[in-house]
Amino acid sequence: MTDDDKTGTADKTDTTGKAPDQRAVEESPENAPATLDPEVRAVGARHGMFGTRGSGDTSGYGGLVQPVVYPGLARRPLDGWHEEVASALDAALAAAGVSDGIEGVVVHRGELTFHVRRDALPSVARALRDDPSLRFEVLSGVSGVHYPDDAGREIHVVHHLLSMTWNRRVRLEVSVPDADPHLPSVVTTYPTADWHERETYDMFGVVFDGHPALTRILMPDDWPGHPQRKDYPLGGIPVEYKGGSVPPPDQRRSYN
Amino acid sequence: MTADQDLYASSTETTEGRVFTVSGQDWDQIAEGLAEDDTERVVVNMGPQHPSTHGVLRLILELEGETVTEARCGIGYLHTGIEKNMEFRSWVQGVTFCTRMDYLSPFFNEATYCLGIERLLDIEDQVPEKATVMRVLLMELNRISSHLVAIATGGMEIGALTVMTVGFRERELVLDLFELITGLRMNHAFIRPGGVAQDLPPGALDEIRAFVALMRKRLPEYAALCNANPIFKARLVDVGHLDLEGCVALGMTGPVLRSTGYPWDLRKTQPYCGYETYDFDVQTWDTADSYGRFRIRLAEMEESLKIVEQAAERLAGLEGAPVMIEDKKIAWPSQLAIGSDGMGNSLDHIRHIMGESMEALIHHFKLVTEGFRVPAGQAYVPVEGPRGELGAHVVSDGGTRPYRVHFRDPSFTNLQATSVMSEGGMVADVIVAIASIDPVMGGVDR
Repeated sequence: MTDDDKTGTADKTDTTGKAPDQRAVEESPENAPATLDPEVRAVGARHGMFGTRGSGDTSGYGGLVQPVVYPGLARRPLDGWHEEVASALDAALAAAGVSDGIEGVVVHRGELTFHVRRDALPSVARALRDDPSLRFEVLSGVSGVHYPDDAGREIHVVHHLLSMTWNRRVRLEVSVPDADPHLPSVVTTYPTADWHERETYDMFGVVFDGHPALTRILMPDDWPGHPQRKDYPLGGIPVEYKGGSVPPPDQRRSYN
Repeated sequence: MTADQDLYASSTETTEGRVFTVSGQDWDQIAEGLAEDDTERVVVNMGPQHPSTHGVLRLILELEGETVTEARCGIGYLHTGIEKNMEFRSWVQGVTFCTRMDYLSPFFNEATYCLGIERLLDIEDQVPEKATVMRVLLMELNRISSHLVAIATGGMEIGALTVMTVGFRERELVLDLFELITGLRMNHAFIRPGGVAQDLPPGALDEIRAFVALMRKRLPEYAALCNANPIFKARLVDVGHLDLEGCVALGMTGPVLRSTGYPWDLRKTQPYCGYETYDFDVQTWDTADSYGRFRIRLAEMEESLKIVEQAAERLAGLEGAPVMIEDKKIAWPSQLAIGSDGMGNSLDHIRHIMGESMEALIHHFKLVTEGFRVPAGQAYVPVEGPRGELGAHVVSDGGTRPYRVHFRDPSFTNLQATSVMSEGGMVADVIVAIASIDPVMGGVDR
């Protein structure tokens, strides 16, 4: 499926002139429109069919290159409570003197995502927590996603917020470049972010400025590398045990 | 080394002062050294291999006499890289990994992961009713078994061994039901994207009804043994206090949050799997302590029995209904059957793909080896696990494998409250506080 197909099916108006005999194809889940807006965000390309690399092209699909396309930015006004939250956040940020804090809003499958500029993150989090019409008082979790091909925005840090008062959820997404993986910590606003940010640092190498004690949490303190990054291999790491070094499984024995 | 020197308790002079290293059971030298130093500050490393830390949890306790002045957790001993592994397997195979995370609530792990995938696939309303009811049935049975372990191990850690033996006795009955329905006591991988793996076996509903009837008799025994037991209450009441403000700040959910009196339960507030159609109550307590959390767990088991009963009733009317989505592009193609050499692909299915239809063979091969594609995007569909909000942040790049899956495990989040709950209290109360959080280290470390 190419980029053009996706935008074509996303724009489902009567005037597109799509032949009706294509309906079954268009409505199958894999061809379903991924976004409310025909504009989509490409964050890189996928090679081959099966995600494997470096093992020779036995499938015949090795030359296939597909763009990785994510749901695009939604147009304002949004639907229902999404617009209430978005406009309340705009007002709260304006009152706090923060402009351009929100890079864009994505609504996908009923979930609301704010793309936040990284230096605005503390103000956005504070506004979301404290404004009575927003009141996202719980931070559910922090996590990261690594997009090595998304130049200048390689690491995305995702915060899930929950409002128990209004019974709503939003997601904040902050992107930082690999070359400068810094973003402000939200521990002062949400104390629960402590361990979550440590885990994200441990797994992706993102530095949360202002975190009280940003150390590794799951991996050993002296571990080299950050395992959830896409350039970190699955396995293939020698393991030290009682002074000796056990080589990874694929290097233990020579079969030739 | 002279004869009066202790092999297991050596002391060294550092810039910080005198530091003792104790690796055995002999504390004499420590006591003498402390008497000289005229201070009672001791840093004790508890775990990760300790019968009372609720798993491979390491506690670093700073003590002033018997009072804990600082408590810190060391985690990561059970980190197995499950989230990384899932990125290298198909969407369906991911279920096999995530069921192993929080090993006391496998069905909840599977459910939140599959609900996330189903939202990305936009097939949430195409999942057959019977599959949804079976998910609810299994999750509620699982909640009972998980709460039983929480109460049993919590009892064991404070020395109430009877609570442990009876807790595990009843849990065994639930595991027997799991074995009957899924084939396995744990690591089920039974809830799959689009439905569940298998239909109910014959006779399962009778077994479930018999179990509910038995538990209705057994649960009051727990209440009779513990609820008003003066020793039990002396250990639990007012221990591990955490009020609503602290819970919200620390992102606490589940029984810990409900013990403050706040009735937050995702099954009621943000229903999934049709929970809004079941009749049950959210259990709360108003003391915000370990005793309240115990009472909530006990009462929640009763509520789960009510849901199990209702689910069994619905399943009786759904005999023969499909348990997997109709869409052949997503549904697992093969049907399982028990053969002479154990469970495997049914012979009918093998005959069909090997002898009758080339297209069926291609379809089977493509779907099993490559898997289905999930449209690019991200989803987060949390469920109310036994320990609180359990959610999978599922990210797809449009391919046949998860691009990234992150599990928001309630044990991980709730364990952060250890210091708040236990600092200023006694060493023995640390154990009670942690048992009341009920962390499962498989879920904490993933």
